[in-house]
Amino acid sequence: MKLWHIIRQFFLLDMIQGFSVTLKNLFKPKFTMNYPLEKTLTSPRFRGEHALRRYPNGEERCIACKLCEAVCPAQAITIEAEAREDGSRRTTRYDIDMVKCIYCGLCEEACPVDAIVEGPNFEFATDDRSKLIYDKDKLLQNGEDFEIRIAERLQKDAPYR
Amino acid sequence: MSDDNQITLTINDQKVVVDKGTSIIEAAKQSGIEVPHFCYHKRLSTPANCRMCLVEIKGAPKAMPSCYTMVGQDMEVYTNSELAQNSQKGVMELMLINHPLDCPICDQAGECDLQDMAVSYGSDRTHFKEEKRAVPDKNLGPLIRTVMTRCIHCTRCIRFATEVAGVPEMCATGRGENMQVGTYVEKALESELSGNMIDLCPVGALCSKPYAFTARPWELEHTDSVDVMDGIGSNIRIFHRGGKVMRIDPVECEDINEEWISDTARFSYDGLNRSRLTTPLRRKGKSLEACGWPQAFDAIKKAAGKASKPDAIAGLAGDMFSAEDLYSFNAFMKTTLKTDNVDARTDGSTMTGKHRCKYVFNSGIKGIDKADFILIVGANPRLEAPVLNARIRKNVLSKRLQVAVVGAPCDLTYPTMHSENTAIILDQIASGEHPFAKQLEDAKNPMIIVGAAATLARKDAPQIMYRLYTIADQYRVVNKDWHGFNVLQQKPGRIAALDLAVYPEEKGKDTAGILKALADKKIELLVLYGESDIPPESLKGAKTTIFIGSHLSPYAEVADIILPAAAYTEKTALWMNTEGRAQESKKAVAPPMQAKEDWKIFRALSAEIADPLPFDTQSQLRALIVKRAPVFENLNTFVPPKWESFGLAGHILDNAFEQPVRSFYKTNEIMRASQVMTECQDLADARADVNAKQRKVG
Repeated sequence: MKLWHIIRQFFLLDMIQGFSVTLKNLFKPKFTMNYPLEKTLTSPRFRGEHALRRYPNGEERCIACKLCEAVCPAQAITIEAEAREDGSRRTTRYDIDMVKCIYCGLCEEACPVDAIVEGPNFEFATDDRSKLIYDKDKLLQNGEDFEIRIAERLQKDAPYR
Repeated sequence: MSDDNQITLTINDQKVVVDKGTSIIEAAKQSGIEVPHFCYHKRLSTPANCRMCLVEIKGAPKAMPSCYTMVGQDMEVYTNSELAQNSQKGVMELMLINHPLDCPICDQAGECDLQDMAVSYGSDRTHFKEEKRAVPDKNLGPLIRTVMTRCIHCTRCIRFATEVAGVPEMCATGRGENMQVGTYVEKALESELSGNMIDLCPVGALCSKPYAFTARPWELEHTDSVDVMDGIGSNIRIFHRGGKVMRIDPVECEDINEEWISDTARFSYDGLNRSRLTTPLRRKGKSLEACGWPQAFDAIKKAAGKASKPDAIAGLAGDMFSAEDLYSFNAFMKTTLKTDNVDARTDGSTMTGKHRCKYVFNSGIKGIDKADFILIVGANPRLEAPVLNARIRKNVLSKRLQVAVVGAPCDLTYPTMHSENTAIILDQIASGEHPFAKQLEDAKNPMIIVGAAATLARKDAPQIMYRLYTIADQYRVVNKDWHGFNVLQQKPGRIAALDLAVYPEEKGKDTAGILKALADKKIELLVLYGESDIPPESLKGAKTTIFIGSHLSPYAEVADIILPAAAYTEKTALWMNTEGRAQESKKAVAPPMQAKEDWKIFRALSAEIADPLPFDTQSQLRALIVKRAPVFENLNTFVPPKWESFGLAGHILDNAFEQPVRSFYKTNEIMRASQVMTECQDLADARADVNAKQRKVG
């Protein structure tokens, strides 16, 4: 064993081994993506920016059960609710503090009506922290913007749930 | 066996000794074994219709309902045997057949008996594949929201309405799957206790309408406190979130409210957030404008300095105040402003704190359970103290108690004997001419309940009190082991005011005197502490009027300086209930914005004007209160006062007793500010109109 070590050191075998990797990659096609013009594929389970979804008839899904608020480990969600004019249970306020959020996806799992989801979008960096406190309008807008992709992802992931 | 009334049995191989006539479910509860149940409730009759409490009894051919089966000697009961567990699972499955899966939108979720039982005793699968049934919701008025599809037909609400509240309006119609719980005729419940059905409902079929969807049980913090909407001081639990009271529920207290509270106690909390005073105000011309505390204090200091003599200063306190509030107000008026023109008896009563037995509920509320005849004088317990009325009703229904009323006609929900409505009847009872006299004489534990609101504010109150004293003495209403002379105070602060002498002690003016001096323009500085029944027009006339209170009231019109104070949920305070039992309410939320706790206002104000009052902390203040009135020392204990003679001999006026409560849902500023209570009052008024019309037609 000791002799083999001496031979490796003497002939710089470690060096050759290491540089061979570099050499191999030197001739391979480049992996770097031309972001933002190109984007990598994300898993259907990717947990990005939140969105509140609507039913196909336009009715908002969220029923203010507050399970997401209760399960949220970072306590990033704030909900207030009351009876809407037609007597149904709806939120009057649905805030997510995206700075507090740890993107664990528990809210999505807790939701009995698939209203709150973590969508595919991860490009919501801003120059102002206050813009990262999302209110209900913003979340519903997200839902409209990403609905097709969100529905597709949910469908793909459904067999594993 | 040593005692004939004791029975020994085993429950789950555990030996249990209980009284004869106990149900198995109670015996199990006493020994710490939980038996799941829905329809059983210890304060209601037992129909045994939910079948959830089935247990195995050795020797019995099948599982037996433990709520309806009484214990027997050497019985062997198993609540966790295979038979019992299978029965529980089966019943639970049947129960869930028609129960909708709408827990996420149900207000009961998180504190739901059905949820808990389903998790603890239910099975995790069902054989049911058919469609669930749906039931139309019923309209039970502005307080109770119904989702009847959720109903599991335990019939607790029906039994409560019929047995406790005394409004037999709820019923179950149809059979089997078509059974529906609702009202015979669709209308709001005519009960002052209807809110308790919400607590009783084991599922979310009956929910609170004002609370609907606003919060979840797991996000609420709670503080135990005392209700001040009536005089009996029901124990309540205030649920709050983020500095806002979200709902109020009763706390079980066998001595006072059992486990009920009135609707005013439960639903008036929205008045705590409406038309509140949030900052000191000062009059500028015709309008009031906000100012800081220092400016307001300055203005008061100037006004106090300008007052020519102490007699030109007067103070009136309302009825919604605790011992701390009243003591500090009294001390502020009498020591700092050096005036004796102070009165908290704004209804015109001239009763003083001498002889405590003449203004408290001497037998204790629990004493009603022992009484066998009650003579109600000028009171309407249904409106003055609904929970106390429910206790009387309970005893009337069990056929042990008879009730006679001398006073304004009223429907107390149980059969009563009414005399003509005039105070002269008391003379007849005293002389033994009236039939009530015979009944008083025959009764073993006779009781007299005097309504403070209708009786003690009368001009001839001392004479009436004297007559009542003679009646009590003559018919052994008070004897060695029974003290049946009771005064029912409707106002939560009145007894504390009398105990702490918030009235002129030397030669000061009382309410009538102050009002007269105001009319004669002899008052220069008037301190109005809280709202009272005095109309604001008659409070005009002082050079400077200060109003200290929690709510913006009609008194703001006459006030020049307004200081914002705390409401009852916002202070830790001592309250004296109608029994003379001191209870402590805990601060649940902070006073809104710049409002301060009342005693702190008086303490700070006294330092501004003259020497500061001799307390810096609440415990120092408490010590002073206890020194002034030792009854405040022992909390939650009821000590009946010594029986002494009271009243003045003389003629009683031949006047009718007035209705003690005109607007049940509007008796104080919190209720007046509350939207829910306004709705209730409108409904009650409309109902009264209809009844009056019907009477005319009839």
